[in-house]
Amino acid sequence: MAKKQLCYEDVEVGSEVPTLEKISTTQMAVRWAGASGDFNPLHYDDNFAASQGTGGIITHGALKRAWLVQLVTDWIGARGRVKKFACQYRGMDYPRRMATMGEPAEGETWLCKGTITNKKVEDGEHLVECNIWVEDGKGEKTTPGSATVILPAKKG
Amino acid sequence: MADESILTDEIKAMIGTLSEPVIMEVGRVAIRRYADAVGDDNPLFHEVEDAKAAGYEDLICPPGFWGWPIKGRATIGGMSIVGAVLVKAGLFRILDGGVDQEFYIPIRAGDILTAYSKIADIREREGKTGKMVFTTVETTYLNQNGDTVAVNRATIIAR
Repeated sequence: MAKKQLCYEDVEVGSEVPTLEKISTTQMAVRWAGASGDFNPLHYDDNFAASQGTGGIITHGALKRAWLVQLVTDWIGARGRVKKFACQYRGMDYPRRMATMGEPAEGETWLCKGTITNKKVEDGEHLVECNIWVEDGKGEKTTPGSATVILPAKKG
Repeated sequence: MADESILTDEIKAMIGTLSEPVIMEVGRVAIRRYADAVGDDNPLFHEVEDAKAAGYEDLICPPGFWGWPIKGRATIGGMSIVGAVLVKAGLFRILDGGVDQEFYIPIRAGDILTAYSKIADIREREGKTGKMVFTTVETTYLNQNGDTVAVNRATIIAR
């Protein structure tokens, strides 16, 4: 069953975007490389990563960006649209290794979060602005960003 | 010598450089694979009927996915345009710094996009571990009708 569509009138400045939980794994890095076309060995080859001074293989910044996009698109629903999106890959994140063919080892869990900072009607568009970020297991914002979305309005 | 700029004339001269256009094909399979890789089961990216019910002609791309290159080399954050020169200047450690994007028209399965990239800016900053070079590559995506569907600004950090 389709989720109830979020409308402009439903959104309050200061309220939160529903949190999205993610676990970065080496397996996810391989899937992301294949699907996105980013085959930088920094994300799957220990020796190469050592030469780059990152302290080990790191999660693709663009994958964390895609998590944040999902945070936003899950929240705005089928009739909402992303107008602007930005994020910075400030802190490095290290994927969990795999314990079995399908299950990650114990370790860190990442949380994608957001807060609504502004809403306004501009050129007939009902716009909502929010701050968004990825938080690592220690609660540090490794990937801060922002988004502007267009929502449908209840009143024409 | 610590105060000397690491931005050589050769690097500075790259500002404004345009890349060869890249043709991107937006296919249903590529959209689904991408969404699966994110762990995103949004029906707009998987089920054609759901996308149509929401008013789209076909599956749409998660914002930030541009399909798969069928002509020309995809530049990950424009890396291939600047990579060689940065490495030549002794900056071997290259990281993705982030993105700033504007979306005008939803990209959907069946679209053929042409991506034009240019080096918008190259600047130097002092970081915790020494000098770093920030390069911004701006890519404009046009669809088969000649409409600008999105602009992506990617920052690459070299140190």
